[in-house]
Amino acid sequence: MTDISAAPARTAPKSHLVYVLTENPVSIVAIAGFAIVVFAAVFGPAVAPYDPLATNAAVALQPPSWSHWFGTDQLGRDVFSRVLAAARLDLMIAVAAVTLSFFIGAAIGSMAGYFGGWVDRISGRVIDTIMAFPLFVLAMGIVAALGNSVENIIYATAIINIPFYARVARAEAAIRRNAGFVQAARLCGNGDFRILAMQVFPNALPPLAVQASLNMGWAILNAAGLSFIGLGVRPPTPEWGIMVAEGANFIVSGEWWLAIFPGLALMFTVFTFNLLGDAVRDIVDPRQRT
Amino acid sequence: MASAGRIRMMLGRLIQALPVLFGVVLVTFLLTRALPGDPAAYFAGPAADEQSIQQIRESLGLDLPLWQQFFLYMGDLAQGNLGTSISTGQPVLEELGRRLPASLELTLGALLLSLAIAIPMGVLAATRPGKPIDHICRIVATAGVSLPTFFTGIALLFVFYYLLGWAPSPVGRLDFFYLPPPHITGFYTVDAVLAGDLETAWAALGQLMLPMVTLAVFTLAPIARMTRGAMLQALNSDFIRTARAAGLSPRVVLNRYAFRNAMLPVITTLGMVFSFTLGANVLVEKVFAWPGIGSFAVDALVVSDYAAVQGFVLSMALLFVGLNLLIDIAYTLIDPRIAAND
Repeated sequence: MTDISAAPARTAPKSHLVYVLTENPVSIVAIAGFAIVVFAAVFGPAVAPYDPLATNAAVALQPPSWSHWFGTDQLGRDVFSRVLAAARLDLMIAVAAVTLSFFIGAAIGSMAGYFGGWVDRISGRVIDTIMAFPLFVLAMGIVAALGNSVENIIYATAIINIPFYARVARAEAAIRRNAGFVQAARLCGNGDFRILAMQVFPNALPPLAVQASLNMGWAILNAAGLSFIGLGVRPPTPEWGIMVAEGANFIVSGEWWLAIFPGLALMFTVFTFNLLGDAVRDIVDPRQRT
Repeated sequence: MASAGRIRMMLGRLIQALPVLFGVVLVTFLLTRALPGDPAAYFAGPAADEQSIQQIRESLGLDLPLWQQFFLYMGDLAQGNLGTSISTGQPVLEELGRRLPASLELTLGALLLSLAIAIPMGVLAATRPGKPIDHICRIVATAGVSLPTFFTGIALLFVFYYLLGWAPSPVGRLDFFYLPPPHITGFYTVDAVLAGDLETAWAALGQLMLPMVTLAVFTLAPIARMTRGAMLQALNSDFIRTARAAGLSPRVVLNRYAFRNAMLPVITTLGMVFSFTLGANVLVEKVFAWPGIGSFAVDALVVSDYAAVQGFVLSMALLFVGLNLLIDIAYTLIDPRIAAND
């Protein structure tokens, strides 16, 4: 009898997952797109038909053909190989930035929500100040001040995203600060930080994960935008934003493939992450669906 | 009574903005002081010895403790002194002031365009859930936020300038053979119409069109999404059911009751949309060689003209704080409950 009553409880989350995935076919598309992007990021440099940095003046500025699927740029480099190789750097910047802002934002937010008082007031002021800037403009200022490098692009993207995580974590912590299980943990002699880490933070994880997956696409766009205006990534390195910037000079003379293909790759990646974010939200919290 | 409550709300909101303003100035100051390199050594020139660098450091106040430097910085700001741009040799405030109308013309034009498209689209999607317009709205909302603005701009340029030849070449606000209209508002399109010069107005609008559409595509998505969500929520609420049960015509229910209630959350999101728009503005100006403050800042970044970059960051933040204030004040004016609560 115990087997029968236990079985549905065990399979319930799984069938909910299957239900969400089959109910909205877009989620399947998102997962397929995600697989392609991750494949390019992991194996891109290995499967690229040419060396993304190798110049060959004999085939400069050639339109797409069978030997060069996406054509060649002004130095004869293969655009397809460069687009593939760029996936790793773009994803790395975004994942690093989102991870940083996830943990910093979650720490600030859950402490603010849990302790309240002056911790809450000070962190609230800091968050309000960050949000008082147009975020992309603040990122530009931070990179200008810290110095023009890839690490600083990551830090700047992380800083401008911290408020979103801090707000979610603060709300989640505030509603649980006096919950029964938190009081029980306190009575057992746990310290505040242990309660925060073991009781409060795990409960805030699902909405934070939703926030992170919705945030990925925007982080990629932001980093690519910064390198488009000449910050961070240096020219010979393949990166989508800077490839679009370099290709922009050729678009008015009709060499469209230089800018369009890296731009499409960027768009495809961000679109995939946005769809995936929606799917994760539907799975974790169907009520937030719009 | 009601108006007194509203005025108090507005004053309260103005006072709330003060700590934010202080924070913005503090962050901009810290960013300036975190800059790599020694400004004193820069101003002294490569031939300067240790003693003259020290002199310049003292004259710039760089030998003072950080908090005193902060007060000096605030004093400079109060006098409108943002420093001198090393790339143009002009005061930063003057440079920004001259370019601001171009950026505002672009940003406001794009926002008006996207509001004019997104709000009807969101309303239609909410009133016809599951119908084609609803799916189109959802696709536009997801695709719009996935488009890198700089890429949309370049793609539009390629199609409408290179392939079709409909758009003028991206050389800024006006082609070389037109003279800028007399300065009234600083918006070329408006000024040219005011001066009665329709040909120049048409040319200015032609130059404005592609950058404006690029920016509008980007802002369309969040507004349409929010309108749809707010409209759905309003249509499902009790007062709409009551209005329908009382026999009001669908048009009155939709326009007078549902739409006006749904507009409040949309106005709130406009603040976030502004933040994105001011950032995307920089990218669009770079693509179309639009002579606004964004392309000024990008050029300044390339040559490490930090006074110009910091002035740009500060003025954008002040603009954004001001816009948010306007939105909140508009909110208190529109929402009758705020006055009624008093």
